[in-house]
Amino acid sequence: MTESSQDPNITLYTYSEVEEVKGYVGNFEVTIRKKARSVDLDTCTGCGDCIQKCPKRVTSEFDMGLGRRKAVYIPYGQAVPNVPVIDKDTCLFYTKGKCRMCEEACGPQAIRLGQEDELITEKVGAIVVATGFDQWDWTKYGEYGGGEIENVITGLHMERMLESTGPTAGHVVRPSDGKEAETVVFIQCAGSRDPERGVSYCSRVCCMYTAKHALMLKEHQPNSQAYVFYIDVRAPGKNYEEFYQKAQRDHGAIYVRGRPSKLFERGDKVVVRGVDTLTGKTLEIEADLVVLATALVPSKGSMELAKKLNIPHDEYGFFSEVHPKLQPVDSVTKGIFLTGACQFPRDIPDTVAMSGAAAAGVCAVFSQDNLTIEPRIAEVDEDRCSSCFNCVDVCPFGAIEIATRGDRKVAHVQKSLCAGCGNCASACRVRAIDVDGFRDHQIYAQIRGAFEWGERP
Amino acid sequence: MSEQETKTSHTDPHALRKLILELSGVDIGKCIQCGKCTAGCVVANETDWTPNQVMQLIRLNDMETLLGSSMFWYCTSCQTCTVRCPVGIDIAKVMNTMRLLVLDKQVDPAETDVATVNKVFMRSLKAHGRVFELGLVMNKNFRTGHPFQDASMGPAMFSKGKIGLKPHNIKGRQRIKSIIRNAGRFLKRD
Ligand SMILES: Cc1cc2nc3c(=O)[nH]c(=O)nc-3n(C[C@H](O)[C@H](O)[C@H](O)COP(=O)(O)OP(=O)(O)OC[C@H]3O[C@@H](n4cnc5c(N)ncnc54)[C@H](O)[C@@H]3O)c2cc1C
Ligand code: SF4
Ligand code: SF4
Repeated sequence: MTESSQDPNITLYTYSEVEEVKGYVGNFEVTIRKKARSVDLDTCTGCGDCIQKCPKRVTSEFDMGLGRRKAVYIPYGQAVPNVPVIDKDTCLFYTKGKCRMCEEACGPQAIRLGQEDELITEKVGAIVVATGFDQWDWTKYGEYGGGEIENVITGLHMERMLESTGPTAGHVVRPSDGKEAETVVFIQCAGSRDPERGVSYCSRVCCMYTAKHALMLKEHQPNSQAYVFYIDVRAPGKNYEEFYQKAQRDHGAIYVRGRPSKLFERGDKVVVRGVDTLTGKTLEIEADLVVLATALVPSKGSMELAKKLNIPHDEYGFFSEVHPKLQPVDSVTKGIFLTGACQFPRDIPDTVAMSGAAAAGVCAVFSQDNLTIEPRIAEVDEDRCSSCFNCVDVCPFGAIEIATRGDRKVAHVQKSLCAGCGNCASACRVRAIDVDGFRDHQIYAQIRGAFEWGERP
Repeated sequence: MSEQETKTSHTDPHALRKLILELSGVDIGKCIQCGKCTAGCVVANETDWTPNQVMQLIRLNDMETLLGSSMFWYCTSCQTCTVRCPVGIDIAKVMNTMRLLVLDKQVDPAETDVATVNKVFMRSLKAHGRVFELGLVMNKNFRTGHPFQDASMGPAMFSKGKIGLKPHNIKGRQRIKSIIRNAGRFLKRD
């Protein structure tokens, strides 16, 4: 991150979101909403005096609620740029109109209270979408406490706790009283492989990160004991199976095959009621901490983003590639590439590999003066066009523009955007549109040919 | 099946795994629950728990269920499981260790007759350096309360020279005896 922020050929827009995308491959025009940081990037020295003076403490999102932050804060240690941001929802100035302590504390006068969002337009040739994932809302599981049991947490909480610079300095503790956890139960597939209430797919990364958590827990706290409830352990990857075996064999994680049915509190423990399906024996474990391997879902707002970018997504909101095997990083809209967990849950090695592929895809576009495209493209007979513009509404790729010809307005196909689907051709009432290679007379000729076959000499 | 057990942090959850390791040198921690041991086991259809379930019960630290199991009494020590296990667990040795554990802890074996056969077999071996068939059968029949079991087969076997009236002691029977004694000690120590 730091390296890319220093590269002269890279402009980083942090704390920013895409507002609108117009144009086509080689000629995109992107409107970016640069959210008001309320701190001037250029003047701020990152000294942190404002943070120290700020009187407002709130729970930290980055630490999954396990730690606290101020209303003016730097989200995490390695954040780029290392400049604070003021959280308008909790800042006393924005919520109550008073305070301004940060302003007073700031030597170089970088605080900009009342700053407004800024809209920036950039011309770009290609776009890579990498918006990643969010966690499935596991509180839908009433039988797991529905979010009411404090000592039931998720894998991301565990990540924060195991981090030596994290909110608990690497100690795995019970959120209820801060005591070190001894018996820790991991429950895999929390929401995954559950078409009834969660998602039907396997989230692909949780088996391995659970093994990692179990292993690290033992290393950080030798007195601890991990139990892992699983349906089956999926460890396909270089050295993955061996890693999971290690967690089980050398680090003493006890793997129990079966999904627990209920979690409830008994004293200061969380009781896990489960079964070992290999023996059919039901069992109860009194745990200090229960960690759910929650399903990975597309990040919030991905459906809206798909609309802005004009790219399709599946029922969950994961962006769709043209072909899962042959064009795994291309979206159907030319010049827009996909990578990482925004397409489907995947781990870091896969994300990095696909990002490389997406970058190579961009280079392939940029390295040519002319773009080679499929010949299957819609064409408008402008004389026939009745200017109803039905075609504009039905085109899923936004490839049809309205062009002016003298005093008339006609439909015009932007060739680099057209995917040759033929929607427009069937929607056109005056038959002014046809797809090259699939014109009516060509299709009729094919049909005729098919029936005449065999009668020919 | 015994009562549902509640696992608390007060008991060592690996006690049984460690005990088996200590007694036999076999670590079941490697087991991947593939089931191949059970698939090749000639007696698994007759037993309450199968070989892979025995491995899992050890993993679950369920001593009570295990001690009452019939599996290792039916086990013929054919070693099929051991030679086919993909992670190299000597399952047959675990079975044998379980038999010893039951005897050691003086728990009632799930299959008393098999345990009795085991005992009189070893006794015969120690006394004569080889098995004295007639003595073994009679001893076993009396102890299991079926004095005339298989008696009808006696004359035929006798006429074919398969069993004799008198025991034959081999030359080195003292050494056999000490091998057995040492093996017992070795199993307990190693
Ligand atoms: C608990 C847990 C532990 C894991 N441990 C491991 C591990 O040990 N090893 C491993 O290989 N993998 C691990 N993974 C998987 C790993 O997190 C993912 O492979 C990786 O994060 C995917 O990277 P990504 O860049 O695609 O998505 P993300 O890391 O999710 O990044 C997406 C980014 O896009 C931003 N974003 C989202 N929407 C927008 C928007 N509209 N506009 C602007 N920005 C947006 C987000 O803020 C985020 O910064 C773990 C996952 C979990 C849940
Ligand atoms: S990766 Fe493992 S834990 Fe995660 S959903 Fe798939 S099978 Fe379940
Ligand atoms: S064959 Fe080996 S690995 Fe497979 S279940 Fe039996 S003991 Fe476990």
